[in-house]
Amino acid sequence: MSTTPSVTRQDSPDGVVLSLAGEWIVAAGHQLEAAGASLLSSAKDAKRVILNLAALQRMDTAGAWFIDRARDELAAGGATVSYRGERPEHDLLLKEAGYHPPEASTRVPPPHTVALLSAVGQTVTESGVDFIDIVDYLGEVVAMFSRLALQPWRWRWTPMVYHLEMYGLRSVPIIMLINFLVGAIVTQQGIFQLAKFGAADYAVNLVGVLGLRELGVLMTSIMIAGRTGSSITAEIGSMKMREEIDALKVMALDPLEVLIIPRLVALTIALPVLTFLADVAQVGGGLLVSWAYAGMTPAVFLTRLQNAIATETFLVGLIKAPFMAVVIGLIAATEGMEVRGSAESLGRCVTSSVVKSIFMVIVMDGLFAMFFATVDY
Amino acid sequence: MVIRVRGLKVGFGDHLVMDGLDLDLYRGEVLGFVGASGAGKSVLTRTILGLLHKQAGTIEVFGYDTDKLTPRERLEVGERWGVLFQEGALFSSLTVRQNIQAPMREHLGLSQATLDGLAAQKLALVGLPQDTADKLPSELSGGMTKRVSLARALALDPEIVFLDEPTSGLDPISAGDFDDLIGTLQKTLGLTVFMVTHDLDSLFAICDRVAVLGHKKVIAAGPISELLLSDDPWLKAYFHGKRGVIRLSAAAERPAERAADDRPQTARR
Repeated sequence: MSTTPSVTRQDSPDGVVLSLAGEWIVAAGHQLEAAGASLLSSAKDAKRVILNLAALQRMDTAGAWFIDRARDELAAGGATVSYRGERPEHDLLLKEAGYHPPEASTRVPPPHTVALLSAVGQTVTESGVDFIDIVDYLGEVVAMFSRLALQPWRWRWTPMVYHLEMYGLRSVPIIMLINFLVGAIVTQQGIFQLAKFGAADYAVNLVGVLGLRELGVLMTSIMIAGRTGSSITAEIGSMKMREEIDALKVMALDPLEVLIIPRLVALTIALPVLTFLADVAQVGGGLLVSWAYAGMTPAVFLTRLQNAIATETFLVGLIKAPFMAVVIGLIAATEGMEVRGSAESLGRCVTSSVVKSIFMVIVMDGLFAMFFATVDY
Repeated sequence: MVIRVRGLKVGFGDHLVMDGLDLDLYRGEVLGFVGASGAGKSVLTRTILGLLHKQAGTIEVFGYDTDKLTPRERLEVGERWGVLFQEGALFSSLTVRQNIQAPMREHLGLSQATLDGLAAQKLALVGLPQDTADKLPSELSGGMTKRVSLARALALDPEIVFLDEPTSGLDPISAGDFDDLIGTLQKTLGLTVFMVTHDLDSLFAICDRVAVLGHKKVIAAGPISELLLSDDPWLKAYFHGKRGVIRLSAAAERPAERAADDRPQTARR
């Protein structure tokens, strides 16, 4: 159906006549590109060029661009260029959709070493700024919190309960499942390794102490950082993208009070509860595996567990949970507020929210371990 | 005829938005599409574009039944139409230049130099300065977003362009330029335009026919002069209401087509 764009050159007393034929349309792709190039090359030496459009079947804006580019560049080379046989719509199109000589890009890329160094510097500065941002945010949250404590009627119960359901109740199945598996795996490996010393029964101590003190809260926090932290960042980030945050601000509502405090409080309540359930699941996993692999009846398991752990063991895990929740919530909220206009920046902020909060959760756990070791708790 | 819609039925749940709707779009015409807010203009556009599912009826585009498109035909149709979405729908992670080049890059085997040149041309065509090219969509104003989106819709030199409220949010001068541009392209390229609009100026200036959506159907379609004589209460209120009357008197004084005028703002060389 379509005919390829083509150029034929004829020398005449008036000058070089370039006759264009076929369909000069963008759908012709590289054929159009080739025809455009031959338009330039076949009349390079000429002083007078006539572009004959009489046989042109179709022309669109891309075709017009190639033809007009040839005119422009030949004219720049010192030739006089004129059209022949053009129809009125050709004229209009060549005028409207003409060629514009490209402007040199004003952005000059720096050399690689400089770019690398500047990227490193930027990252370091940004992490510093990030840290200050989070401390700044913590301060704002504390200030807002104390204000709200004095004005309890401004407390937003409905969103808080809603988020408690979303972050707490809806996370229960996955948190229980994961911690059950972790408890089972730790116990199983404990039984295998300790059996070499004839001490397979001490696997109960392993799952009891390790599970309640460290793994329960750690696994739960990591899971919540991935599940809830990401959703907080995405929610706040997309609200930021669509100017919803700005809408709140001009209504003299503080996004911190309206959006972030309810989420933060819900998270701080949900995480200890989930940690408790996680502890139960880990012990449950340990119990089943001890029964299956070491032939230990549940009654024996529970007696040994009672001997192995004290209330402190359980409390050490639980005390950490609200701190983890605040860290996750703060990082998620600041990252959400960092989102700029593009979809890419939303993705970047969600990723960095999850990565940063998991990292911080583990660092915090380490600090707590050192702290409790020092105070001998 | 490039688009033929017959007996279209579209709904969400129990709520029917279109019921037995018929619509024709002829080659080379500018069809203005009006209707009360919420009457389903955007729904119809999105249904024709295949973004919403219909419950019954047929839609033919370029003679293809859109239900029975092979992947190859789907690709062909995609190259032959361009869409200006109401909110622009620019790819937010790409610069303006990359946005305009995206359809050309995906569908045609053109070199980067040509792509850059054509992107610059499209920018000039929609009346944007060249330094816009390196900006991100989030750095653009509403009017610029519309123009860039139009430039992207025109990138493949489509046969049909769908414009969803192209002039809403533009100042009157830009809106006039927009109308002139559409008019020029329609004359020179034989472009077919499907335009959802509330801009009475656009309707008077460039639309060959106007279709009116109401009561889940197209209640009237024809040249605007015919619709002005209609007895339909909504149409009367639309064209003879407070805002319509001003346009009507203006149009009566100056019946010559505005689009045919030379555009002093764009006399570039």
